[in-house]
Order: sequence, then C-alpha cells, then structure tokens
Amino acid sequence: MKFEGEHLLPGQIGHFFVLLAFVTSIISAISYFRASSITLESDKRSWILFARGAFFIQLISLLSVFFIIYYICSHHYFEYLYAYKHASKELEAKYLLACIWEGQEGSFILWSLWHCVLGSILIFTAKKREAPIMGVISVAQCILLVMIVGIYIYDVRIGSSPFVLTRNEIEGPIFSQPGYLSFIKDGIGLNVLLRNYWMVIHPPILFLGFASTIVPLGFAYSSLSTKNFGDWVKPALPWVLFSGCVLGVGIMMGGKWAYESLSFGGYWAWDPVENAALVPWMILISGLHCMAVYNATGNALKASYLFIIFSYFFVLYSTFLTRTGILGDTSVHSFTEAGMAMNILIGIYVIAITLPMLFLFVKNFKRIPSINKEENISSREFWMFIGSLIFFLAALFIIAVTSLPVYNKIFGTNYADPQDREFTYNKVLVLIAFIVGVLTALSQYFKYRNTNKGYLFKKTALPLCMAVIISVLLIIFYPVEYTKKGPGFLVAIYLALFASIFSVIANAAYLKTVLKGNVKAGGGAIAHLGFTLMIAGMLISSGNKQVISDNRKTGLFIPFDKDPTGREPNNPLENLTLLKDVPTQMGKYMVTYLSDSGALEKNRIFYKIHFQKIDSATKSVKEDFELKPDVYRMKDNNLSSNPGTRHYLSHDVFTYISTTSVKSDNEEAIKFKIHEMATGDTVFSSKGFFILNGVLKNPDNERFHFKPSDTALVADITVYGQDGTRYNAYPALTISNQQINYIDDTIARQNLYLNLAGLANNKKFKIGVKESDTLTDFITLKAYVFPHINLVWAGLLIMACGFIVSIGRRTKAANYITLLSVISVLAALFYIFLIANN
Amino acid sequence: MKTSSIIVLITIAAAIGVLLMYSVDFSTYDTIGSAKQKQGKYVHLIAKLDKSKPLHYDAIKDPNYLSFYAIDSLGTSTQVIYRNTKPPELEQSERVVLKGKMVGNIFECDNILLKCPSKYKDDKKQLEKTVTQY
Repeated sequence: MKFEGEHLLPGQIGHFFVLLAFVTSIISAISYFRASSITLESDKRSWILFARGAFFIQLISLLSVFFIIYYICSHHYFEYLYAYKHASKELEAKYLLACIWEGQEGSFILWSLWHCVLGSILIFTAKKREAPIMGVISVAQCILLVMIVGIYIYDVRIGSSPFVLTRNEIEGPIFSQPGYLSFIKDGIGLNVLLRNYWMVIHPPILFLGFASTIVPLGFAYSSLSTKNFGDWVKPALPWVLFSGCVLGVGIMMGGKWAYESLSFGGYWAWDPVENAALVPWMILISGLHCMAVYNATGNALKASYLFIIFSYFFVLYSTFLTRTGILGDTSVHSFTEAGMAMNILIGIYVIAITLPMLFLFVKNFKRIPSINKEENISSREFWMFIGSLIFFLAALFIIAVTSLPVYNKIFGTNYADPQDREFTYNKVLVLIAFIVGVLTALSQYFKYRNTNKGYLFKKTALPLCMAVIISVLLIIFYPVEYTKKGPGFLVAIYLALFASIFSVIANAAYLKTVLKGNVKAGGGAIAHLGFTLMIAGMLISSGNKQVISDNRKTGLFIPFDKDPTGREPNNPLENLTLLKDVPTQMGKYMVTYLSDSGALEKNRIFYKIHFQKIDSATKSVKEDFELKPDVYRMKDNNLSSNPGTRHYLSHDVFTYISTTSVKSDNEEAIKFKIHEMATGDTVFSSKGFFILNGVLKNPDNERFHFKPSDTALVADITVYGQDGTRYNAYPALTISNQQINYIDDTIARQNLYLNLAGLANNKKFKIGVKESDTLTDFITLKAYVFPHINLVWAGLLIMACGFIVSIGRRTKAANYITLLSVISVLAALFYIFLIANN
Repeated sequence: MKTSSIIVLITIAAAIGVLLMYSVDFSTYDTIGSAKQKQGKYVHLIAKLDKSKPLHYDAIKDPNYLSFYAIDSLGTSTQVIYRNTKPPELEQSERVVLKGKMVGNIFECDNILLKCPSKYKDDKKQLEKTVTQY
C-alpha cells in the first residue's frame, strides 16, 4: 500500500547516520585499542590518525541525527513515532529540545553527544594517553549507540531507533488506510509535568556530568594498561574536578526544579532517582580527595583507583535503576519499563566497562605502589582519607536502601519503603553531615605528614569559638522547630548545624589568615565553604519549613480538638480551600483567591491569589503581594500544577494548587449565546447588563500585555450589576500558528462568561454570553514558607567556584583565565538559578 | 596507611552498616486480606479503585478528607481514608499503591502513588488506545 503525505526521507537519512555513527564507533574503538597495544611509534601514529577520522565521522553523524530528530519534531511529522509521542502542535518552541530528551532514545543521544565533545577535547590534550582513554570512550559510545541502532538480527530487534514509523509500531484500524495521517491530528506531546524551563536546561547539564565521569576512568585505565601506576593522577585531577562541579550543579538543578516547579514540597525527597545521581557524585568526591592525597604524599593510590571505578559503576547502575522501570512502585519520576532488550543492553554496559576495569585493578593490585608506613594521626592525609571513606560509606548506605526494589526482584521478597522514607535517610546523614562539617573545618589546618599541635589549636580556636557563639545564639533566638522526631534527632540537627557553621567560618578564616588572601590556592577551602554553607541552608530551611495552609492554624473547617475521626496530632491537615473573593486567614497572611485567567497555552489556567500581612499592633500593611500558581487541566479533568512563589532574601512563600472547582458537564453544554454588538451597545443579562466600550488591538492593560507584533483583539466590556456594582471584562481572541484561540473572561459574582467570538458585518462584533448557576468557584491549595532557602543556592554557587579555582590551579591556567571562568560561570549560574525562571 | 588498619576500619564500617540496615524499618507489600491480619502495621497495598462503590470528596466542606474503596487482585475490598486532597488522576488510574495501615476495617492511608495511563506513553497498548481515538 502507498501511504499519503508521509515524509520518509528525513527518517531514512537519520537512520543512515545512526548506523554510520555505530559503525564508526566500533572502528574507532578497535583502532584505538590497536594503537595502544603497539609500541612502534610510526604504526601507532597511523592507527591513531585512523581512529580519529572514525571518531570525527561519528561526531558529525550524531550531530546530524540530533538535528534530524529536531527537524521531525518541529515539523510535526507524526508518521514518526518519536514525534507522535513527544511533540505536539501547541508545544512552544522552547520545549522542542525538551521533547527530544524526554524519550529514552533522545537522552542516550544527548549522552553520546557529550562523549563526543569530551573526546574531541581529549584528542587535543591527552597526548600519550589518547589511545587508551579514547578507546574506553569509544567502547562506551558503541554500547550507547547499540541502544538506538534499531537493527534486526534474526527477528530480534537490537536497540530502538528514534526514526521508527508510527504505523509500524502501533496497531490500529486507521493504519490500514492510505490517508491515515490525516486522521492523526496531533501528537501526544511533552508530558505537562515536564513543560518547564528546567526540563530544557537540567538534562544537558546532568548528562554532561554523567558523561564526564568516563574521563577519569579512562585515565585510570591508561595507567593500569601501561603499568605506569600513579602517573595518571595529576593529569586526571582537573577532569575529576570538572565532573564533580558539573554533576554537583546538575543534581542541585534537579533539586531547584523539584523545589520551584514540581509540587513535591521541597528540593530533596530522597527519591530513588535523586539518590541514583547523588551516589556517583559522592564517590567521585571521595576519589578526588584520595587523588589529592596521592598527589601530595604518595598514599591512597589504590583507593583512588577503586573510587574512580566505583563512581563510574554507580553512574551505570543509576542508569539501570532509572531506565529499566525497576523502580516502578517507589519513585515518582523514573522512566517506565523499556522492554527486555533495553534491560539487557544496559546490563551489558555495566558489565562491559566496569568488570574489565575491576579485573585489571585486582590483577595489578600487588604492583600498585603503596607506602607501608603508618600514617601519622596528626597528618592531613590521614583525616582526608577518613573523610573520603566516610563519604563513600554514606554513599553506599544511600544506594543500599535505594536498591530495595532490586533485592525484591532478585530474592522474590516483597519489602517496601519504610513508613517515613525521608527520616530513614536523614537520621543517618545528619550524623555524616556533622562528621564532614568538622573534618572540612579542621583538615585544611592540618599539614601533610605532620602537624604541630600548638599551631592547630592556635589557628582553629577562634573559628571554633565563633561557631559555638553563633550556634548558641541560633538556639536562643532562631531555634530549629523540627521536634516531631524527638529530642535526639533535634540534638543531631543542632550538632550538624554547628559543624557546618564551624566549617564555613574555619574555611573563610583559612583563606584569610593562612593563604593571606591568595584565593588562587584556596579552591578547596572555597568549595568546602560552599558545601557546608549549603548543608547549613538545608538544615535551616528544612528544619524550619512551615506549612502555613495547615488547617489547625487557621481554625477553619474541622477544629483539631474536635476531630471526629480521632486522627493523630502529628499528621497535619495541609490543604486549605479558598472560596473565590472570600479572604481567609492562612498563617500570618490574609489570602484571597481573586480570579483565574486562561493563558496563551492551551489548557493552562493561572490563578491570582492575593496575600496580605497586616501588623496586628499598628494595623499597617507589612506585606502585600499576589501569587500566580497555575494548573494544566487536561481533557479528562486531570490536572498538573505549577507553584507560585514569592521570593524574599530571607525566605520564600511557596504555594501550589491541588484541587480546583470543576465546571459541571451541563454547564459545559450550555452554548454561548451570540450577540452582535457595535461599540456602545448594551445587552441585558439576568443579573444586570453590560456595555461594549470598544475592541482593542494588542492592548497593554490590566489583564493582557500584548506586544505590537502579536495578533490579538480584546473586547473592552463594562458589566453593571443590579446592585450597582461595576466590573471590567476583557474577553479576547488571538491568532497564532494560523489558529484562533479564544480567551474568555468571567465575572464570578454575576456567574457571567463572556467570549469574543469574532467580527460581524457593519463594524459589529460577535460577543458570546453564557450564564451559569454554579454557586462558587474555589481552589484548594497548599502553602509553605521556606526560610533561608537562598543559603542553599548561594552555597552551591560558591562550591562551583571553588571547583573552578582548583581546576585553574591544577591546569596551571593563567590567573586571568581562572578569574574569567569563575566570573562567567558564576554569572551564568546566578542567572540560571535565580533570574531566568522568575 | 597499613593494610591492617584499613581492614579494621572496613570492619567497623560494615558493622555500623549492618546495624543501620536493621534500624531501617522496611515495610512490606501486602494484600488487603493480609493487611487486615496485621492491624496497625504500616504496609503498602497494591490495589485499584473500586468503581462500583462511592468515592467521597468535597473540597469545600473538607479538603483533607477523601474516602473511597479499593479492591485488590484477589477481589477483597476495603474502605480507604486519605487525609489529603484527592489526586486528580485517581479515577483514571489503573493501579494504585496505597501506603498506610489498617485500623479496623478502614485503611488509613497517608500516601497514594498512582499508575496512570496518561503518564505511560511508552506502553504500547496505551498508544494504541490513543491513536484510535481519532
């Protein structure tokens, strides 16, 4: 059968490039390994040149694949399953990239593209290590590309190509018709939960972090294979720092996304997907510290190898957890079951890369040099090693608890998450935070090999005293109110808070007194300062997080002491219903649900909520602002909400909508009654009348802010109630992508819906009127106050700067280059985290 | 650092780890029948919404009270009370994971995880349903 209207050429070209990339990745892997096993310089050289050629062809092929997927999605070619599943016509242009990495295939392509970028840098910088490192990267590329290659071997499909056709993949009666494409009006589109600024920016950063962890692994391999143990550490250090920086920032971007856009009520929930990204980072940081120890003293080389290998192993293990659907019942946001073939491929990836590395490591274990002398307890390396070990064990604890679904699968058990998942992690990690805080505070003042105790006490006494004073002041004036887990946990929180503050002060003092402001050498101190500031921010903002929509505090609805069902007191009622136009006390605020309005995006509704805080003594208004949380309401009344947040320097007021009133079916069924009105005409309704004042083109008024380049008409209508009230209404119509969108307006008090239905003859306009008998509009919302949340983001930014300063020092970059990098990264992160999405 | 001290450290760490793992109070997946046997114990139920029985939620009266009936694969049914807002996709869900405990004949739930068709584009059966809607 010949099908009509299909565009098959892009898909064919795309699949060709997928195959080309796959074949060239095999060629470059083989050639690089061949090159690293040859000693004759001229032969080696020609193999390397050949491998480079293959690598660059692969780079170009992958770029082409990426652009063709983009082309298919942006042109809405729904004959391709990928476009059908991930794109839709109403999708805004900025989300087209997001819909590429929404799917498994697209995210694998993103990952392998980063491999290509990093590989290209290594080709020019790795010198004698190029062949072994690039060999490792090329093997990883082969495996990633198998996952999207989509070829058949004896009826078994290997990998799933992003260019498969809808009609071949899913069955349906329409596919037996030549003109089936005309029946597919639109694609499914990007999941509304993911229609978000962070979905565009977070995956590329996180995947760069994941992809970059292969570089240290490649360096470790280069030394194991050449038996030149130890000489890899120095050149690999900048790459480990880079990975640590990017992965750390990527993880916290996920946290920021969860915090400000997903209604999880916070930035970290110990969800398996979050843990799976955190664990490789923690092990990488352990590896980083061991490598620094080796670099300075010659100790801890074996541990460096082991941590670098483990860190990559856990990158792959987290890929396995999040992409095979094994987390199904425990995580709110993992990929779903990808099919047996994909699971096997991911399994192969884990085995093919990390097992040979571990084998090589064990085989050479005896030959890897180590110092057979007990480390001095007053040496820096001893405490750095202890710190690394504790960080590593904390990571193992996290992944051990997270892997519960895996044990169930293997042993056939049916264990489930503990009752309070967050507390299970928190009660252990709060102690880790204490130890890490103290170690990062003190270890800078230790010297390698041996430290004079008098020096140590002299230098750390002042920071210690300051930390004690600040902690005591905090306990008195700003206590942590997290009492629901008992006094023991509260003490642990205070200990961790004290240790973090101690570390912040001690590291700042180290920069000033020991390094005498020589910031260039203080990358470690800066990163530690940032990290512990972040921990302090987390302890304060989570410990003192307040649910201000708690019904018990407002005294509305069921008073707590009269609860007829005898609920437990530690289980608060966290949702509050607001009736339209009825002010309600919520925490310290008087809140009023004012209005709702459609957005240009289909199905999206913004709710305007007014917050006012009045000083009870002086009756003056202390705070007055409006929040606009929004929801996507889908066809079947499903809804997905985005929070509205008011940012202050010291805290955030955060709210999201969990339920809204639903227009009843018979109300939907009532049709708009169309009146043809000229400017100045009056129409009577059951509760009053309204006058059309005029129709404006692209106005900039209280409801809309159109630009002159838009195509929008807005009717300006004044509604008069029988009781003498007056309201303004602005129903509108806009034209975009050759489609007309109607944005209705409602006057709730009059139960009146107004709609601008179009133009009529004789300079008249069609105004639609609908009256309903629904009693009230309401929304149910949750609201929190997060105090001092900015400490978390500030700490992260400082930590990132610390990493960059260290990279600059380790690569011996010129001062101005380091300075420029710090400034540009700081500016970019500041923009990304605090400005871009507000 | 000597090998002996490394071994000592690892042993201490492993001991701590084992103790911690014991202190993690894992819950279990249960059927409604077995949950009724374990009164008051925190369990996970895998069930689905029983559409033949009433679902009660009135956000104006009390936004923190949802009551519905869940039925598991063995056909046992129980009333569920969830003191929170109604998850918007509850009626469309194909499967729910309910976390909470049985108190008498009522399941006091404090967390609901939904398996919804709309979120699962990668499921071919669902795609077939969507594409044939046109």
